[in-house]
Order: sequence, then structure tokens, then C-alpha cells
Amino acid sequence: MEFYIQLVISGLVLGSIYALVALGLAIIFKSTSVVNFAQGELLMFGAYFCFAMVVQYKVPWFWAFLLTLVFSVLLALLVERLVLRPMIGEPVISIIMVTIGLSSVLRSIVTAVWGTQIQVYEPPLFPETTVNVMGIPISQVYLWSFGLSAVLLALFGVFFKFSKAGVAMRATAFSNQVALSMGIPVKNIFALAWCIASVVSAIGGILIGSINGINIQLGYFGLKVFPAVILGGLDSILGAALGGLIVGVLENLSDGVLKSAFGLQGIKEVAPFVFLVIILMIKPYGLFGKKEIERV
Amino acid sequence: MLTVNNIEVVYSDVILVLKGLSLSCAEGKITTLLGANGAGKSTTLKAISGLLKSEEGEVTEGTIEFMGQKINGKDPEKIVRMGIFQVMEGRRVFEDLDVVENLRCGAYTRSDRAGVKRDMDLVFDYFPRLKDRRHQLSGYLSGGEQQMLAIGRALMARPKLLLLDEPSLGLAPMLVKEIFRIIQKINEEEKTTILLVEQNASLALQVATFGYIMEMGKVVLDGPCEKLRENPDVREFYLGIGEGGTKRSFKNAKHYKRRKRWLS
Repeated sequence: MEFYIQLVISGLVLGSIYALVALGLAIIFKSTSVVNFAQGELLMFGAYFCFAMVVQYKVPWFWAFLLTLVFSVLLALLVERLVLRPMIGEPVISIIMVTIGLSSVLRSIVTAVWGTQIQVYEPPLFPETTVNVMGIPISQVYLWSFGLSAVLLALFGVFFKFSKAGVAMRATAFSNQVALSMGIPVKNIFALAWCIASVVSAIGGILIGSINGINIQLGYFGLKVFPAVILGGLDSILGAALGGLIVGVLENLSDGVLKSAFGLQGIKEVAPFVFLVIILMIKPYGLFGKKEIERV
Repeated sequence: MLTVNNIEVVYSDVILVLKGLSLSCAEGKITTLLGANGAGKSTTLKAISGLLKSEEGEVTEGTIEFMGQKINGKDPEKIVRMGIFQVMEGRRVFEDLDVVENLRCGAYTRSDRAGVKRDMDLVFDYFPRLKDRRHQLSGYLSGGEQQMLAIGRALMARPKLLLLDEPSLGLAPMLVKEIFRIIQKINEEEKTTILLVEQNASLALQVATFGYIMEMGKVVLDGPCEKLRENPDVREFYLGIGEGGTKRSFKNAKHYKRRKRWLS
């Protein structure tokens, strides 16, 4: 029994990080209707930058963390200005291809600078001792990651519901032109969306890096986030959060249960997608996705 | 207050839509711009509000001046901040946002919280129906309520000049009357200058003081609205009143042209 609870808990932790990165993807899709295939690479880049700060330049964790956030904002602004702004008004498929290209470029830069071996944060971000929660030992990394993701998700929920910029972002998502007619600076909103996406990805990268170590495979994390986002509906923040949790738990449970019972190696990678297909057959807009409002 | 001087607008570098259009709006008055479909009324409004850019349109000749300043070529954001607000055709409320959030978007360019709060109450005074439905998603409002929300959203920006693009579009006659009554009230009480684009010529000529009639991208006739109402061409083509002063009816119109029935 404890084994399964362990699986669920680590699934929830992984899921909360998925949720965070999924949030980034959903924000970009919501306000600019671009599906960002470079999300995983943004995450990887953040993780590696933090690694460089902490391990190579011996910056204390607190400052390294802040510097990584600043760096990811700058990276997002750069990408938005140089790569995406010239593409405004082009067909969606071209923009998607551009983000795929961007992901290759980021990946090559990381490989060129840091190589392909697995690296670990040294000293670690969180203490390595475990704590007992109701008799079950859980490592502190897990608790912190889960807590941090949950807080960030809640903060963004509040941001979108109550802040002026958040409401303006949702308005822009509905119609760029109408938002423009209100005097909302749509280009700045796009840039803001990319910044938020980049920052949450970088945080996700640091968390997942603290748990599993960092290597070039982190980029594929972006792919795993797709089932989470699509499951929740591509444009729903709450959906992204729940989708992330579901995918995380599902992945771990299928790994623990199916692999040992049937000897299915690698089921972990496939399970979320299988589940995704089933859900989409039943609910084509995702679990929480917006159907176009139709008045009768 | 607003002077449009001989402007030419071209879409996508090839399609010439406005061919030397001029008009002006007097401060504190309602000015109306009438014309058939495709005459270029909406384009004129978009040229003023700067929204042309997002549709690959461009003012290639002439100038648009607002309170002595040239505004053509400026970003829509700047123009809104200067005090011009366009209510776009077809309501265009943010359907995924509730009523209050829509109104807050209208006030995006303002930073005085107290004033915004006061103006929200003012909007609810003008449109009590919106107050009842303040926390509903605006996509679920009726057409008339959405139009009220669109106008209310514009008021939230405290514009000096309000550009209204066909506020009567798709509404029941009774609602149209109500909306027009409120537009007049806003003009009187808030001293907002209004440029009104309409298809419903008889109603527009009643509320406005000065009118322009457009055809094929040009102003073909202008004058005070009482004069325009008396003009025989306007009566015939825009108000549907015949020479005898009686309302024209489709009953008396020929429905079909005689066609050649034999093959040569």
C-alpha cells in the first residue's frame, strides 16, 4: 500500500511541475494563439543557466534563483522580439514551425555550452533529508516543489482574475483587434505572455533538475506537457493545473503498476498520450476547454 | 474638434477605399455619417481611431487632426489616450469576460481608481440592466445588452470623442430606440462629442445635428440634419419617402424585369 501512496505522491509532485509548465504553454496559446513547441527548451535553458550560476560560478542559491528568473525574462523578450514579432499576421502553421526551429536552436546552444552529460545541482536547492508525513517518508525536494508550484499556480489564478494586466491579457486572447480599440497595447501583452511562460518554465526546470538532475533530455519535458495542456483544454488555466496533476499521477502509477505486472517497459512515456486520446474522444474540447459561447 | 482633411485610404497597397474624404465634428455635438454598404463608413472610423493598421490599411493622403494635433499614423493606444474611443461594429464584447471585467478593459488607459469606480456606477446608472447582470459572462447577454455593454465600455475610457459604428445593428426596433435615447442622453449629460455611423438614416438624422452622406468613398452631400431631412434625394434614397410625401412601399415597386423568353 505504501508503495502506491509513494507513487501517487511522486506523481502529484511531478504533476504539479507539469502544471506549472503547462500554464506557460496555455498562457501563450491563450493570448497569442501560438502553440509553443519550444516550451521544453525554455525549461531546459532555465535549468542550465541556474546550474551555471550555482555550480560553475558558485553564486548562492537565492541570488542564482533570482538571476535565473531575470535571465528567463530577458530570453523571452529576445525571442518574442526577434523571432515572433516579425511573424505576427503570418499563418499559424508558419509560426508553429518557427517555434520548432527555435527549440532546435536552443537545444544546440545548450549542448554546445554545457555538453550532454547529466549534471546535478551542488549544493542542492533543498535539504536532502526526508520528512515523515503520516508515516510515509517523503523527501523535502518533493514537498518544496509541490508547495512552490501550488503557490505559483494560485498566484497566477489571482493575477488573471483580478489584476488589470491579467484581465487585459484575457481580453487580448479573445480578440486582438477589440483589445487594440480599448487602448490595450497588444504587443506588450504578447511580450508579457512570453515572459510569464519563460519564467514558469525556468522554475519548473530548476525543480525538476533538483529532483532528477539536469541533462539534455529535459527538453522533452515540453512534449510531456502537451497531454497535460490538451487534457485540460488548451486555453484554461485551471484545466492546465488539473491536467498536469492527472498526467503526473497517471505516468507514475502506470510505471509502477503496469511495468511490474506486465513487464511493459516504457509504458510511462506512452500512458499519458493513451489517456489523452481516450479523453479527447469523449470530450473534444478537453476537460475544461472553452466551447465557443453560443446564444440560443 | 476633429477634422478629417481629404484623406485617401488604401488597403493592402492596392484597394482604394476612401477617395478624398473630408469631414469635421463640432465639439459637444452629434455628427452622423450615412451611406450604403461598402461606402467606406467603417473605414473612415478606423482611419480616425488608428485601427486600420491591424487590417493592413493605410492613410496615404490627407490629414486627420484632433484638437489641433495630427493623429493619422499614430498607434491606436495613443489615440485612445488622447480621448478618441471607437465602439466597433457588431458589439464585439469580450465574451469570455464578465460584465465588470469588460468595463474594466474599457478603462485600461486610466489609472485613477476612484474615477474608474465612479464611472462604473455611472455606466450602471445609464444601463441598469447591466447592473443586474454584472457578474455574468458577457457572451450570454442578449444582443441589446451586449450593445449597451459596448457603449458602457467606451464610456469607461471617458472619451472626448466617441465613434459609434452602427449601434442599431441587429437589434429589435424598440431596443434601437432605447439605445438612441441613451446616446442622446450621454451627449447631453457628459458633453461627449459623438460621430455616429448608421444605416438607420431616419433615426440618425433625428438625433444628430450635422450629417454627411457618403457614396463610393467620398462625401457627396453634407449639411445640418434638418436640411438633409428636407432634401428630396435624401428623402427618396435614404428615408424611403416618395415625391408625394407618402412612404414608399415595396408593393408599388416592380419586382422583376421582363426577360426575353425566346431563343434567337
